[in-house]
Amino acid sequence: MSSQSPPSPPSRELSRFAVSPARKRKDRLARGVVLACTVLALIPLLLIVYYLLRKGLSSWSISFFTTDPTGNTFFKSSSIGGIKSAILGTIEIVALASLIAVPTGVAIAVWLVEYGKSSWFASLVRFFVDVLTGVPSILFGLFIYIVLIIGTGSTYAAYKGSLALSLLMLPVVIRSAEVILLLVPGALRESALALGAPRWRVIFSVVLPTALPGMVTGVLLAIARAAGETAPLLFTAAATLKTNFNLGQFMNSLPVQIYSDVTSPTTAVVNRAWGAALTLVVMILLLNLIARLVSRRSRLA
Amino acid sequence: MTADGPISETAEVEPEELVGKDAPAQPHFRPTRADEPLTPAPAPAGAAAAEARLGVSVKLEKLRAFYGAAEQVKGIDLDFNANEVTAIIGPSGCGKSTMVRCINRMHEEIPGAHAEGRVLLDGHDVYDASVDVVAVRRAIGMVFQKPNPFPTMSVYDNVAAGLRLSSRGRGDLHVKVEAALRSAGLWDEVSDRLTEPGAGLSGGQQQRLCIARSLAVEPEVILMDEPCSALDPIATLKIEELIDQLKRRVTIVIVTHNMQQAARVADRTAFMLGGELVEVGATQEIFTNPSDPRTEEYVTGKFG
Repeated sequence: MSSQSPPSPPSRELSRFAVSPARKRKDRLARGVVLACTVLALIPLLLIVYYLLRKGLSSWSISFFTTDPTGNTFFKSSSIGGIKSAILGTIEIVALASLIAVPTGVAIAVWLVEYGKSSWFASLVRFFVDVLTGVPSILFGLFIYIVLIIGTGSTYAAYKGSLALSLLMLPVVIRSAEVILLLVPGALRESALALGAPRWRVIFSVVLPTALPGMVTGVLLAIARAAGETAPLLFTAAATLKTNFNLGQFMNSLPVQIYSDVTSPTTAVVNRAWGAALTLVVMILLLNLIARLVSRRSRLA
Repeated sequence: MTADGPISETAEVEPEELVGKDAPAQPHFRPTRADEPLTPAPAPAGAAAAEARLGVSVKLEKLRAFYGAAEQVKGIDLDFNANEVTAIIGPSGCGKSTMVRCINRMHEEIPGAHAEGRVLLDGHDVYDASVDVVAVRRAIGMVFQKPNPFPTMSVYDNVAAGLRLSSRGRGDLHVKVEAALRSAGLWDEVSDRLTEPGAGLSGGQQQRLCIARSLAVEPEVILMDEPCSALDPIATLKIEELIDQLKRRVTIVIVTHNMQQAARVADRTAFMLGGELVEVGATQEIFTNPSDPRTEEYVTGKFG
């Protein structure tokens, strides 16, 4: 085991198994390429975080979070207001969207895995879910706009934005939940069934609790994606300045606020966009942390 | 801890009476027994004889099992006597597990799989159209090859799960859980770690936990599909001792690759080959004086 031990005859024996220089070179090259790719992928990520922090932090202040935007963009930077309505609006809209998409999506995934399996209808559902995953987010907004705004002759409302977002979340929730449910060992289902449990009980008491930590990750991914979407909200929930708790009315949201602020000619307003962007990232990060803690605890219990 | 002859002798007589008494055309498997205590209070009579005998006979009639179009079990007629241990031996792929999984209708859970023929549990055909498959599975417990406690549940909840999942959790849950753990010979080892995850126990303990889980439902038959193949010899010995005690209460069918195990635990042994039953008889007979040359070749290690 020590470095000085081998006497001369065994060392000749060892050389039969020594790595050839060519293999060593190839190995080093391959490792180098893989490492370079990793670094390359990290660079934009780090730059995003760096710029967000540098530009966003400077606009953060107490009043940034506690006041609504004034809509007054051509005067002093002190009068433009904060992003309170956008933060609360995003929370409300995304919460409603999750309330719609998560139970529906999990139910569809349960059906696909436990009942539909490889039937033609299940395959059809899977195909459409895949198609839905690839639909550009603006189309969900357009769809809701045509059906619920033009179609009903009414106007923008927060809940219509939530519906658009829930359509966007649905395929992500279904696909991730399905993958996780498929990972639950068949032996667990079998042993529960063999105990004389009805199938619905097997699903609720054994399959879903086992899959829970994994499903939380998929749900978070969907929420994070929805929370950052501008396009589905632009012509469904629209935008407004005031904080609003009525989901039937216009509602502000962070992505829409960022979108409108960043096109402003006023520096202070553009800076507010950076602050709002940083807020959005931090909110999603916090959500991630909380959900992870909750799911970890529930697994042990 | 070893089997005493008289018990299995008497066991053969009793089920015949049971079949006669309980045989009305009701295909529900004794819902009344759900409320019977698992381990009855010390009865007046002798210790071993006092234990409740839930075991019933199982009779296979022309049982055939298919995976899609492929026939894996090719028409088997076989009787499992009440309160006896019957071992199924045979080479890999001979249909042992498939046959056993037909008894509690788990075979049909595999997509594309189905079974034909009859399985008479205490005289009732479990494949009858009117039968509730859930009730069948409550009457027939199953222990699988790999210990598979529910990973999200504690030791206690794993045993209670048997009762809760089958909606029998009402009332004295604690008593039933303790009784099941005692019957599985696990209580003394886990009584102080009931709240810990069931998956944290050793392999042998996990398997006994799974046995406790199925005992809690008070089955009349327990099917064991190579229950010791993932366990070390010491854990295997414990399971075998347990089987010997449990047969006083239930009928046991055990699939095993290990012929010594069959010889140690089984009252009767059946030898299967290529989806067919070659021979069944008293274990002693099968291992020392088989009537079929193929059985002799298998038990003497010439193939398989």
